[in-house]
Amino acid sequence: MPTVKELTARPTVFTGGHRACAGCGAAITFRMLMETPDVPVVAGIATGCMEVVSTIFPFTAWKCSYIHTAFENSAATMSGVESAYRSLTRRGRLNQEFRFVAMGGDGGTYDIGFQSLSGAMERGHRMLYVCYDNQAYMNTGIQRSSATPTWAHTTTSPAGEVIPGKREARKDLTAIMVAHEIPYAAQGTVSMWRDLVNKVEKALNTDGPTFINVLAPCPLGWGFPTQDTIAIGRDAVDTCFWPLYEVVNGEYKITYKPKEKKPVEEFLRQQTRYRHLSRKGGEPILKDIQESVDSKWHKLLKLAGEEGGE
Amino acid sequence: MEKTLRALTGNEAAAEAMRQINPDVVAAYPITPQTEIVQLYSGFVADGIVDTETVAVESEHSSMSATIGASAAGARAMTATSSQGLALMWEMLYIASGLRLPIVMPMVNRTLSAPLNIHCDHSDSMGARDSGWIQIYAEDSQEVYDSLIQAPRIAEHPEILLPTMVCLDGFILSHAMMGVELYPDEEVRDFVGIYEPEYALLNKAQPITMGAIDMFDYYFEHKRAHAEAMRTCKPRIQAVFDEFAERFGTQYGLIEPYRLDDAEHVVVVLGSTAGTVRVVVDELRERGEAVGMLKLRVFRPFPAEELIDTLAHVRGIAVLDRAEGMAGLGGPVYGEIRSALYDLDPRPVVTGYVYGLGGRDIRVEDIEAVFDELKGDVKAGRKDQRCRYIGVRE
Repeated sequence: MPTVKELTARPTVFTGGHRACAGCGAAITFRMLMETPDVPVVAGIATGCMEVVSTIFPFTAWKCSYIHTAFENSAATMSGVESAYRSLTRRGRLNQEFRFVAMGGDGGTYDIGFQSLSGAMERGHRMLYVCYDNQAYMNTGIQRSSATPTWAHTTTSPAGEVIPGKREARKDLTAIMVAHEIPYAAQGTVSMWRDLVNKVEKALNTDGPTFINVLAPCPLGWGFPTQDTIAIGRDAVDTCFWPLYEVVNGEYKITYKPKEKKPVEEFLRQQTRYRHLSRKGGEPILKDIQESVDSKWHKLLKLAGEEGGE
Repeated sequence: MEKTLRALTGNEAAAEAMRQINPDVVAAYPITPQTEIVQLYSGFVADGIVDTETVAVESEHSSMSATIGASAAGARAMTATSSQGLALMWEMLYIASGLRLPIVMPMVNRTLSAPLNIHCDHSDSMGARDSGWIQIYAEDSQEVYDSLIQAPRIAEHPEILLPTMVCLDGFILSHAMMGVELYPDEEVRDFVGIYEPEYALLNKAQPITMGAIDMFDYYFEHKRAHAEAMRTCKPRIQAVFDEFAERFGTQYGLIEPYRLDDAEHVVVVLGSTAGTVRVVVDELRERGEAVGMLKLRVFRPFPAEELIDTLAHVRGIAVLDRAEGMAGLGGPVYGEIRSALYDLDPRPVVTGYVYGLGGRDIRVEDIEAVFDELKGDVKAGRKDQRCRYIGVRE
């Protein structure tokens, strides 16, 4: 596990000069991801915010080899890259070590890319798949995804006079990845750099398919000031809205437990996507969200064999 | 060179060619009538006959995606498909060709749903005709085998770099057996060579970004360059055919005229039906009729100049399409041939026929009737003839 000083001394692989928004949680995620590996990496991204902002021809923010093909298939594309690596190495035509990181936003991972991700994990390709989860289709203008949490406002699940935001539950993709019986799955976020870097390092050193779901706060889509990205991420984990944990060969471990679990409202009230909840009639919804967060947190504690599980 | 004569189906011939090529990566999904190719190849891998890295993907979209990833990484990569599978690959076909990746793919022609039908027509590959892939149509299993040996050389030519599909008629070729002359493994491997790309993802010394986003300032130029590669690759493809002829003894062309030099009435056809037309041409020639056939072997790039040179003297042409263009104007081959010949003076009568959809038989009598009708059209000077159907209940 490198120190922050060592990390900053490493050559920058995902460089500045990309065109992400100020305060973009995904860009911070990528910076942390790409400074972790000590072996050359081939990176692949699904169509989405980060692909668009990082490779506007003739510029590229990538100093490692990089491939983008389409929206729903960064895992399938990387399956091919990784298979080529094994083939060429076995045939003695390549004598360089590489690691493979496929990435996608929540749209390209939870939704349209779900099948290709599932297929790649099931086939056991040695790759790390990272979802930068900003909880909606931010690239196309903040439409709901299956990662959008219940009662959040998006442009396709707007908080209106009759319906107060997204009605459906958020898909628990990390749990689904765990169900694939991959050797390593985890959740991280940008506000906890040490935790995230540690997880990336573990994943890259695992011989098999690995998955990390990174909560990447989006100032535009969530509606908060650009300087607050890290603070919002911290609130997400301190309220247990986004628990940090890892699952190694099926064994759950909570990697960060808030000393004092904050009420979820502290996370929600800073974001315009939940603005409608502070209006009259919002209380039952806030209560519903709190109950859901509590219930999931308890389930997780139980899975991890910790006190307080129900 | 010692050739081995074996009775093979089209699928077996395709799998044999792939075995001899022994590509670095094969990522594929089974679909009727292509399934056998995937199965046979998996068997070769399981028995250690080849040492290809195979990826048994979860869909055709992923098979093309993984093949693209492997090719971009620097591997010689192949897949195979059919019908709905090709349709599911659709978006990735453009990405494979747009990234200029020399992927080779046997494409077993089958109709597209709905109604669901597993038998042959060309609606699948014809739908992909504008996706920037080279398309070769095989007449028989020998040609399937030969074309697949030629395909990597064409696709990987540094001044072509275009993915190439070898199309074979579902069931008619894929599951029917015929004698195929196989060449020695080492001869084929020597002819095909090793793929050494100029740029690849797996090169620590020279990392590259593939699949960047183009705005309006570059996209057009990249597409234009892609089109230019397609426009100028014909002599290079022919050079590969010529080299193949020197090595293996069979000469192929972009188009293949049959008894055409002094022909007045000609049928243009691609795929297995060429065999049927050949029989009819021979029969009619025996009766003293000046008829011929033009087999369109390479449909993309479209050999327009070659067609003009070959067909300029002809009075009437009937184009057989195994796909309905849904344009109200006949099939896709008909439209392109008619367009290519528009500037000829005198302009021949060009009629179109849609036939064989969903695996409907095309018989010798059907082709004879086409020639008869064509003669009538020419005699009557009917230039407004557009499109007819063969053997459909109306």
